[in-house]
Amino acid sequence: MSAAKNININLKIWRQKNASSKGSMETYKLDNVSTASSFLEMLDQLNEQLINEKKEPVAFDHDCREGICGMCSLYINGRAHGPDTGITTCQLHMRMFNDGDTIYIEPWRSKAFPVIKDLVVDRSAFDRIQQAGGFVSVNTSGNTIDANSIPVPKVDADKAFEAAACIGCGACVATCKNGSAMLFVGAKVSQYALLPQGKVEATQRVLNMVRQMDEEGFGNCTNTGACEIECPKGISLENIARMNREYLKASLK
Amino acid sequence: MAKSALLKSSIVKKYWMALTGLFLCLFLAGHLAGNLQLIFGTSQQFNEYALFMTTNPAVKLLSYVTYISIIFHAIDGIMLTIQNKKARPIGYAKTDGSSSSLASRNMAVLGTVILVFIATHMVNFWAKMHFDKNMPLVQKEIDNGMGGKQIQLVGTKDSQMPFMQLDQTGKLSKEFFEMIKAQTQGQYDLEVQDMTKIVNKKTGEVVFIGYKDLHKLTVDFFKDAKYGLYFTIGYVLAMLALAFHLWHGFQSAFQSLGVNNKFTPAIKFFGRAFAIIVPLLFAIIPVFLHLKK
Amino acid sequence: MKLDSKIPAGPLKDKWTDHKNHLKLVAPNNRPKIDIIVVGTGLAGASAAASLGEMGYNVKAFCFQDSPRRAHSIAAQGGINAAKNYQNDGDSIYRLFYDTIKGGDYRAREANVHRLAEVSGNIIDQCVAQGVPFAREYGGMLDNRSFGGTQVQRTFYAAGQTGQQLLLGAYSALSRQIGLGRVKMYNRHEMLDLVKVDGKARGIIARNLITGEIERHSAHAVVIASGGYGNVYFLSTNAMGSNVTAGWKIHKQGALFANPCYVQIHPTCIPVHGTNQSKLTLMSESLRNSGRIWVPKKKEDAEAIRAGKLKPTQIAEEDRDYYLERKYPAFGNLVPRDVASRAAKEVCDAGHGIEANDTNEGVYLDFSTEIQTKGKQSAYAKGNHNPTPEEITALGKQWLEEKYGNLFTMYQKITDENPYETPMKIYPAVHYTMGGVWVDYNLQSTIPGCFVAGEANFSDHGANRLGASALMQGLADGYFVLPYTISNYLADEIRTGKISTDSPEFIEAEARVKDSISKFLNNNGTKSVDYFHKKLGLIMWNKVGMGRNEAGLKEAIAEIAQLKEDFYKDVYVPGSADELNPELEKVLRVADFIELGQLMAMDALQRKESCGGHFREEYQDAEGETLRDDENFKFVGAWEYKGDDINKEELHKEELKYEEIKIAARNYK
Repeated sequence: MSAAKNININLKIWRQKNASSKGSMETYKLDNVSTASSFLEMLDQLNEQLINEKKEPVAFDHDCREGICGMCSLYINGRAHGPDTGITTCQLHMRMFNDGDTIYIEPWRSKAFPVIKDLVVDRSAFDRIQQAGGFVSVNTSGNTIDANSIPVPKVDADKAFEAAACIGCGACVATCKNGSAMLFVGAKVSQYALLPQGKVEATQRVLNMVRQMDEEGFGNCTNTGACEIECPKGISLENIARMNREYLKASLK
Repeated sequence: MAKSALLKSSIVKKYWMALTGLFLCLFLAGHLAGNLQLIFGTSQQFNEYALFMTTNPAVKLLSYVTYISIIFHAIDGIMLTIQNKKARPIGYAKTDGSSSSLASRNMAVLGTVILVFIATHMVNFWAKMHFDKNMPLVQKEIDNGMGGKQIQLVGTKDSQMPFMQLDQTGKLSKEFFEMIKAQTQGQYDLEVQDMTKIVNKKTGEVVFIGYKDLHKLTVDFFKDAKYGLYFTIGYVLAMLALAFHLWHGFQSAFQSLGVNNKFTPAIKFFGRAFAIIVPLLFAIIPVFLHLKK
Repeated sequence: MKLDSKIPAGPLKDKWTDHKNHLKLVAPNNRPKIDIIVVGTGLAGASAAASLGEMGYNVKAFCFQDSPRRAHSIAAQGGINAAKNYQNDGDSIYRLFYDTIKGGDYRAREANVHRLAEVSGNIIDQCVAQGVPFAREYGGMLDNRSFGGTQVQRTFYAAGQTGQQLLLGAYSALSRQIGLGRVKMYNRHEMLDLVKVDGKARGIIARNLITGEIERHSAHAVVIASGGYGNVYFLSTNAMGSNVTAGWKIHKQGALFANPCYVQIHPTCIPVHGTNQSKLTLMSESLRNSGRIWVPKKKEDAEAIRAGKLKPTQIAEEDRDYYLERKYPAFGNLVPRDVASRAAKEVCDAGHGIEANDTNEGVYLDFSTEIQTKGKQSAYAKGNHNPTPEEITALGKQWLEEKYGNLFTMYQKITDENPYETPMKIYPAVHYTMGGVWVDYNLQSTIPGCFVAGEANFSDHGANRLGASALMQGLADGYFVLPYTISNYLADEIRTGKISTDSPEFIEAEARVKDSISKFLNNNGTKSVDYFHKKLGLIMWNKVGMGRNEAGLKEAIAEIAQLKEDFYKDVYVPGSADELNPELEKVLRVADFIELGQLMAMDALQRKESCGGHFREEYQDAEGETLRDDENFKFVGAWEYKGDDINKEELHKEELKYEEIKIAARNYK
């Protein structure tokens, strides 16, 4: 491990008062940032500085700060979640940057993810896709069948888990040159398609979720594969292929 | 599924792109096989092949499928691109392309280049072949037995007469037909129909069928003193675009159709080999023709 | 005030069944006439909202995040307990019940805990039916692992992301109801007050965090499922937004707050790196299955390591102190969390800590033994009976990667160290709060119609929560308890009709909220919200943390009271009320944390015993273990709000009765 040191950086950050106003990139200088800090801790530091100068701090989404809630969402130096793979922005550390660097920070850019303020975007489109079919229609009762009554091959269970690991952060949409949400939708469709519990309503699910996805104004997948690279959870393109298969099956039914 | 979804749904659009794209890959393979005769075959072989390709009903059908595929692939692609642009109304100030390949990000540009190429290609060859009154026919120079030369049109297998005499200038002139009419007391009143056929107007009988000389057209095109070099370079550049387009497109089509499994690495390998070999071979031909003495 | 826990009569194992059979019902045709508000969409809130929606009630669900899927339940790593006995190691409902009571150091209600154990199996059934991809064995059956404080394997898991998978399961059920129109979801909304009409909970005041609009929402019942209050310490494993505001506001409206001093300090977190640190990251407790915890025996070695002169791998086996294995041979590295945390504090206080930060606080969690053991097993299973050391190490690492891959990656990203090669550095951090709003057996607070579920209530974990039990409780409350008990309450509300939001009570509550917002915005102080929050955190960690004593607690109480004064005088909040304003959100939360912090110290001061997560240095046995005082402190301490001065809060006691379990000193040796 390289010992932590302090660096000085320049920041170019998208500032936008609210959804209806026009935004612009603003420049900030921030000194004495520990390389052991996380990227968001660096932003905390910037905000503390801005508050002390009685200026408006930068709004950005974040919550768990351990890479699982999917709330953080920054486009850093041209990459979703910044210059590292397999992580969310909150897991990005300042040791990835050098003294004197200029860092660009922008919000996710997508018609379906309108900017709310500064770096905060509205990702409720994902919720609506999930509401359209991302579930198994089973009511709560104490009498659902025993958990072990339907064996699930380990391979399928593992694949379903890998698909289900999606945190819904939207990096796939942000990084896709087409603003496509197919990795997100493909992962959800796959999770259920792989499990016997989900197969029952697979047809309706894939048709409804894809319909909703299209209505939300996401772009179309052109298989560039950028989403898979930038996905903090490494969700595979296989899931999009599986969704394509499921959709074909459902369409032919 | 609702009918409109056949066109509207994002995923169905992908199916269409994939299916038409893969069909066009097949077309490319066939086309290449034919074109290679420009290097490895005689001009006669090539022209016979050209004749077959323009007259065989099955090929005709396939060609219509090909035209439709090209048009559909292009229109669908344009629609996708427009929608995709709309999906990101405000772009990024800074982007880093490291997470996807150049080819995959520029399919629309590459496709447009290829479409333009196809259009010029068809004007230069296909249209001339089909509609140009001046399309040359296959000729042969023979010894007239008197130390001089005589030019004949070569007849096809189906032709009644294996060849057709031309006049001194190498043309089927009206005077020549008049002469034959006079010689045969009006039995043979010949005229040219459909560019290649010579028909006896009196009986409706086709007395001669010639070949269009596509070989000559092609060679002349690339050897043109003024523009041949540019045509050759243009052709090579178009093939480069095609190579990039295929580099991403081939495997992508399988992904779109839902094939992503243990065969994917093999498909990827094959796709990339196809993307290199096919355009390369295509491109070698005009270069070969241009440089050939 | 007399606290009535409403524990049903009858034998323990029949209590819940009998109680359920006699609860009043609301007929399906009446349910759409009834509105229910659910605040929070973690495991408890999402499962409650989904279940109540399924039943046909009109549900309004609120979360401050941008989506219900972000609730912090998502971060739970290790697993969820259930008494399924799939592994045939003698597990049963009784054993889960017993382990939980014992793990809670005999400070939890028997009846509640037994009910939790009873429904635990249903939770797994329900989740599997929802498509939660639990880990499975090759035969297709569910896999289990063992967890701290138990001697059976009853923990179901999905790699290191069990909380995520369970939450996404509940979220999917909730999404289904939202899609069907039975639940109306309010994302980016924060509850800022409870509205009581005629003594009953009748609605909430919420702020739309995007527009800043203050909204009135009425309902026939309000469910608070807003999670725990660990962020009182500023640094914790909680999410940045996790807060106590909903719970604290109902406390101010009359709900008693129980056992606030019961805080769980999780033994396996990544140590603090510096002053700009914003939160602490947990490394799942499940790692203690495979890792061995140690510090250097010699202080010189520890010093050399801190100075960067020695590497942990250079410390010889005999120079390592595997202190948990040494002190607790029966449970070893798997002792309950409070025990493991205190032991770490003890060795670090003694100068053996290995982390090069201000406090030297850190110990090693070492996987090298496990790599060898599992490597050999894997080789054997593959038919390789004479593996080379390299093969063993490679296979062992592969095994670890399969089991904990994401955790190891996470660790490496944060610390820049490779835990496959060098031991992890860990240290305890605030993780979970057992205390919370006091509720009766029906999960109803002392305010009629105001129910509290999940970590926000105090009910099931006593003074210490066992690993993999929080997920169990959240889902049990939401899926299998609240739907029954809330219907019982609502059966009397079918004639009430729509509740107006124009009543004086709503107007007054809204004015209260608007007033406090404008006060903060116009305060024009000089210091940021975080400045005060960090100060509060330091006081809490140092004086109301892992080790507490009378003098320190008294100081803490005074210091926090002073901090509160300074805070109101000098805090600066930029921006305005009618926009997305994260600083405003924070200031409202921190105001409540400060008050709660003081109450926590008061509760810790009054509890003159050590139990579970509450360790009073004055009350320990000869070996430094917790020393309970069952005679005087076998009660739930529930505090009643008495106005602005927290010192005036009044303590009420709910005596704990142990009918089934013989109360004893906790022994993990």
